[in-house]
Amino acid sequence: MEFTAPVLNYAQLAPILIVLGGALIGVLIEAFAPRASRHSSQLFITIASLVAAFAALVRVRNQASVDAAMGSVAFDGAGVLLQGSILIIALLSVFLIADQENFTALAAAVPGSSEERESLQRDLRVTEVYPLTLFAVAGMLLFPLSSDLITLFVALEMLSLPLYLMAGLSRRRRLMSQESALKYFLLGAFSSAFFLFGVAYLYGYSASITFAGIQSSVIGGSGNDVFLLLGIAFISVGLLFKVGAVPFHAWSPDVYQGAPTAVTGFMAAATKVAAFGAILRIYYVAFANAQWQWRPALILIAIVTMVFGSVVAIAQRDVKRMLAYSSIAHAGFLLAGVIALSKSGLDASLFYLFAYGIATVGAFGVVTLVRDSAGEVTDLNRWSGLGKRSPLVASVFAFFLLAFAGIPLTSGFIGKFSIFSAAYESGSTWILISGVLSSAIAAFFYIRVIVLMFFKDPVEDGTSVVIPSALTLTTIVVTSAITLLLGVFPAPLITFIESSAFFIR
Amino acid sequence: MNPYNYLYVSGLLFTIGAVGVVVRRNAIVVFMCVELMLNAANLTLVTFSRINGTLDGQVVAFFTMVVAACEVVVGLAIIVTIYRSRRSASIDDASLLKR
Repeated sequence: MEFTAPVLNYAQLAPILIVLGGALIGVLIEAFAPRASRHSSQLFITIASLVAAFAALVRVRNQASVDAAMGSVAFDGAGVLLQGSILIIALLSVFLIADQENFTALAAAVPGSSEERESLQRDLRVTEVYPLTLFAVAGMLLFPLSSDLITLFVALEMLSLPLYLMAGLSRRRRLMSQESALKYFLLGAFSSAFFLFGVAYLYGYSASITFAGIQSSVIGGSGNDVFLLLGIAFISVGLLFKVGAVPFHAWSPDVYQGAPTAVTGFMAAATKVAAFGAILRIYYVAFANAQWQWRPALILIAIVTMVFGSVVAIAQRDVKRMLAYSSIAHAGFLLAGVIALSKSGLDASLFYLFAYGIATVGAFGVVTLVRDSAGEVTDLNRWSGLGKRSPLVASVFAFFLLAFAGIPLTSGFIGKFSIFSAAYESGSTWILISGVLSSAIAAFFYIRVIVLMFFKDPVEDGTSVVIPSALTLTTIVVTSAITLLLGVFPAPLITFIESSAFFIR
Repeated sequence: MNPYNYLYVSGLLFTIGAVGVVVRRNAIVVFMCVELMLNAANLTLVTFSRINGTLDGQVVAFFTMVVAACEVVVGLAIIVTIYRSRRSASIDDASLLKR
């Protein structure tokens, strides 16, 4: 058999490769650099590689090709937009992660042991969270660009495995944090087994592992439809798990609550962008002509997801759990864009993903600031009266909540409006009705938190807002500025998305 | 022998694995059941590779093995850490987050 050397387009792969290179350098720093300089050099490498990757992406933004890597990676307008969103969100999250106060000094030490105390006292930190973040970012950059099933599966694992570990790095409430890592890992591995089984059946159906091959088999209609149906069903389980759609959402409240808040913000925002990017590509490209096989089920899942997320969020007493259920509801809203299966649905989804990701990072950034002597305070009852003590921080948080609720003058309004109108145009009236209803329910619990912060009396139990570090402050300022800007003046970004968002086939 | 029989076997293995994940209580056993599911998927891939007469399925199977090995590294690290702090690998004990 003849061996052909692969032809790679390095310019288009550069963003992914730069981030991976940065991650490898990070591993070397962790192994060889003196401990005193580790944190600063890790932070520098992480930020530098994310910025360099973004610059590399800007350089090739107008190119489009199916052959970035032998037909395995499709580089196109939608891919550029998704990668750009992921890099911006990742950079802002790294600023939050840089506040090492919330990370355990030595993840391997048993909680409560003398080893742990010693490492904290002498500040002997391991900083493995930075290379892990970069590895996850590299996987996220690859995930929405994958155009064959192997790349899709490898990218899925590449983004998931570091996140499982990062969930367990919290400094306080470590048992809870480790427990969230275990849950995330076991359920994640379970869902990726389903995903792989789906890959196998899609391959059995079309005798090809590329999206283009699957698409042409679907159009040709010669394969065994049972295989196609099984393949779509199983692969959807794996993908919907990543975005936390009901009934595959069970992990998300626990993991959001247990993981260190900065990691939660990163995971919530960036994973959602990457996973929805991949979902959009596979449904818009590979499965588009088989829409009768999956659309009814996905409509049902979308409706259940939005309603469930919004209703259950009302009952939450923990701010991180509440944000987790709100992110489940948002996954439902985003599925409306997938169901639309049109150019306007794609545009709306890309806008929504960016706007939602930015607001999520900002909201979790604010959550890291509310602390007492034992660390972060996430119990909502103890947030009451926050607006009277720290009006600025509370207002910023209220602003993000309003953006989640989709109140005009925030990016959330534009996002929701465009995604629901795209779904309506494509004929899914039920999506529109349940979307508007669950948005109303969701607005109720967001506003409940705002009322709690501004109109209740403060509790005197040591809860206070710490002065943010410069990097955390940057994240919060930038995210709230973008959220406001996209709400007041969204036209430039929308025009840009409309002109460049397309999937190459 | 009819290659479709292998699909039934792999479907059965996958089901056994999935049921195991749901009913077993020890994190290690749950994890082994996940591995069983991955191997069932591999068997399916190789079978389809034979049925379709293309090599892609076998290539995917190799990638799956590599990824499964990585998953073992990460997974066992997490399970061992939990075991060291709780002296138990039962997933029923890990319920601090449930309210």
